[in-house]
Amino acid sequence: MKKLNRIKATTKVDFATYLGVTLAFLIVSALQSGGMLSNAMNSWLVPICCFIVMAVSLNLVVGISGELSLGHGGFMSVGAFSGIVAGMSLAEAIPLAPLRLAVAILVGAACAAVAGFLIGIPVLRLRGDYLAIVTLAFGQIIKDLITCLLVGYDKDGLHIVFNLDGLRTVSDLHLEEGGVAIIKGAQGAVGITKMSSFTAGYILVMVTLVIVLNLIRSRTGRAIMAIRDNRIAAESVGLNVTKYKMIAFVVSAALAGAAGALFGLNYSGLVSSRFDFNTSIMVLVYVVLGGLGNIWGSVIGAAVLYALPEALRGLQDYRMLIYAIVLILVMLATNSDQLKGLLGRLIPGRKEKTNG
Amino acid sequence: MVFFSYLFSGISLGSIYAIIALGYTMVYGIAKMLNFAHGDVIMVGGYICYCSMTYLGLPAIVSILLSMVVCTVLGVVIEGLAYKPLRQAGSLAVLITAIGVSYFLQNAAQLIWGVTPKIFTPVVSFPMPEGLAAMGLSSVAVVTMVTCVVIMIVLTTFVNHTKLGKAMRACSEDKGAAQLMGINVNRTISLTFAIGSALAAIAGVLLCSYTPTLIPTTGSMPGIKAFTAAVFGGIGSIPGAFIGGLLLGIIEALAKAYVSTNLANAIVFAVLIVVLLVRPTGLLGKYVPEKV
Repeated sequence: MKKLNRIKATTKVDFATYLGVTLAFLIVSALQSGGMLSNAMNSWLVPICCFIVMAVSLNLVVGISGELSLGHGGFMSVGAFSGIVAGMSLAEAIPLAPLRLAVAILVGAACAAVAGFLIGIPVLRLRGDYLAIVTLAFGQIIKDLITCLLVGYDKDGLHIVFNLDGLRTVSDLHLEEGGVAIIKGAQGAVGITKMSSFTAGYILVMVTLVIVLNLIRSRTGRAIMAIRDNRIAAESVGLNVTKYKMIAFVVSAALAGAAGALFGLNYSGLVSSRFDFNTSIMVLVYVVLGGLGNIWGSVIGAAVLYALPEALRGLQDYRMLIYAIVLILVMLATNSDQLKGLLGRLIPGRKEKTNG
Repeated sequence: MVFFSYLFSGISLGSIYAIIALGYTMVYGIAKMLNFAHGDVIMVGGYICYCSMTYLGLPAIVSILLSMVVCTVLGVVIEGLAYKPLRQAGSLAVLITAIGVSYFLQNAAQLIWGVTPKIFTPVVSFPMPEGLAAMGLSSVAVVTMVTCVVIMIVLTTFVNHTKLGKAMRACSEDKGAAQLMGINVNRTISLTFAIGSALAAIAGVLLCSYTPTLIPTTGSMPGIKAFTAAVFGGIGSIPGAFIGGLLLGIIEALAKAYVSTNLANAIVFAVLIVVLLVRPTGLLGKYVPEKV
């Protein structure tokens, strides 16, 4: 017991997060193997894992680094399509499916990290709402660029054509006999071999948590948070603002790319408009409702809020309406001073929190 | 000649963006919030005008006025129910609430009017002189441009030369100090939302006259573009929104015509990024130095 008391409070929270995710995984796996989950529920598992990773990585930018990003879906898109290309074209080179999936996820993460670095150079010069609008712009640009992309492979390797005038088709790839077109412009990626599994999703979530939590608790993480709290003060004690913001941004982009690759390889077809502005906003909603800067909050926020509209499917047309109302009410209940005061009186002993 | 037809198409599209951006920029200037539901108010404006013309058989001008009234009420109600309780909360909380409102409006519209596109008949059409028509200038385009200029002049005069306008400027600069001077801040913010939503209704009608299909998500892309236009011109600045909107429309139309239809949006956003890198607060935005 004495030893336990010496462990830092943050470390306890972190281990509780790992433990909670693992327990949830074990319970859901047990339910799955026991046949307790419906087909629909089974199909949610991998996307939920992907969106947990998305939410945790976005929280690194929005909550920890304090910059509003509205283009997180763009990095997911880069990761998804590069992951799909890697996963499909390496089919012969790496016959073992789980290994191929891991390589695809790494490729997705690497491509998204490069995109994140390139986008970060201009974006991180801006502040506040201007930064937000530029990330939104990049999200849209990535979506449009992928719509113009034609990619195929044959025994000579990858063939890539950029369909600028909108007139080129798969035949312009000049594939050899037996070649396969992977990304067909506006039709998106088709004929993908599904490789993702819930176990892979769980591993990715755990890896993400380890990376993000260790980053936050490190010297670098403290520097990032110091810059968020007061940029000028942090700068005056010698912190390199651009460097630390860039670290947060690139790590976040890479994790989003990994989530994208896992997501892409979970479906047989995928179009780039799947990762539009609404996807970025949806992830932002998970992060804000889960709690800014709160990692386990993002995990729960993503899992619950992804499942909620799906679970409301029985209400058909009304489900998104109800989702919208729930969203507004939750925001009002957690942020309005009058309502907070009311709750404070109803629940005695509730700690008064300052507005974040 | 072909160039002029693209240019006119760009200016009329840009005028629509400018009207929407004016609403965006006014709300941002005073409430310091990104009102993502603005685009959906445009859509509601379009639907109200459509219904009043098709089902009630009212003349176009009455329909436009009706849709302005409905949108104004809608804007004030949204502000009062969803944004007002969050005046003291962080900007992200308001942003997410605005997104919730946007989802709500889109899905409510889908329940009321269905997903099948409604075909909107342009509210105005009169014969154009031969020469202008040959250059691709339509009556809708002329009306759009004139409306935009008129709105811009009226708004500038209102904000700069009336007492209410002065109150608005005071609130946007410092709410606390404005309150101490006896300005009713809440009422001023509601007024701004009312004006912004009335503009959104006009923009909705003009947008639907420009691209006649009307679906529940009609407003979202123009909403984002207009937001971009407002940032482009310097958010919070009325002339900035006007110039930003026009430039955005022209760039989009020319990019569509001469570069690539698929990439027109990407080019618009790329220009925005370049502008923001050179002028981080937009074309006409004020630079506010940070104090320690």
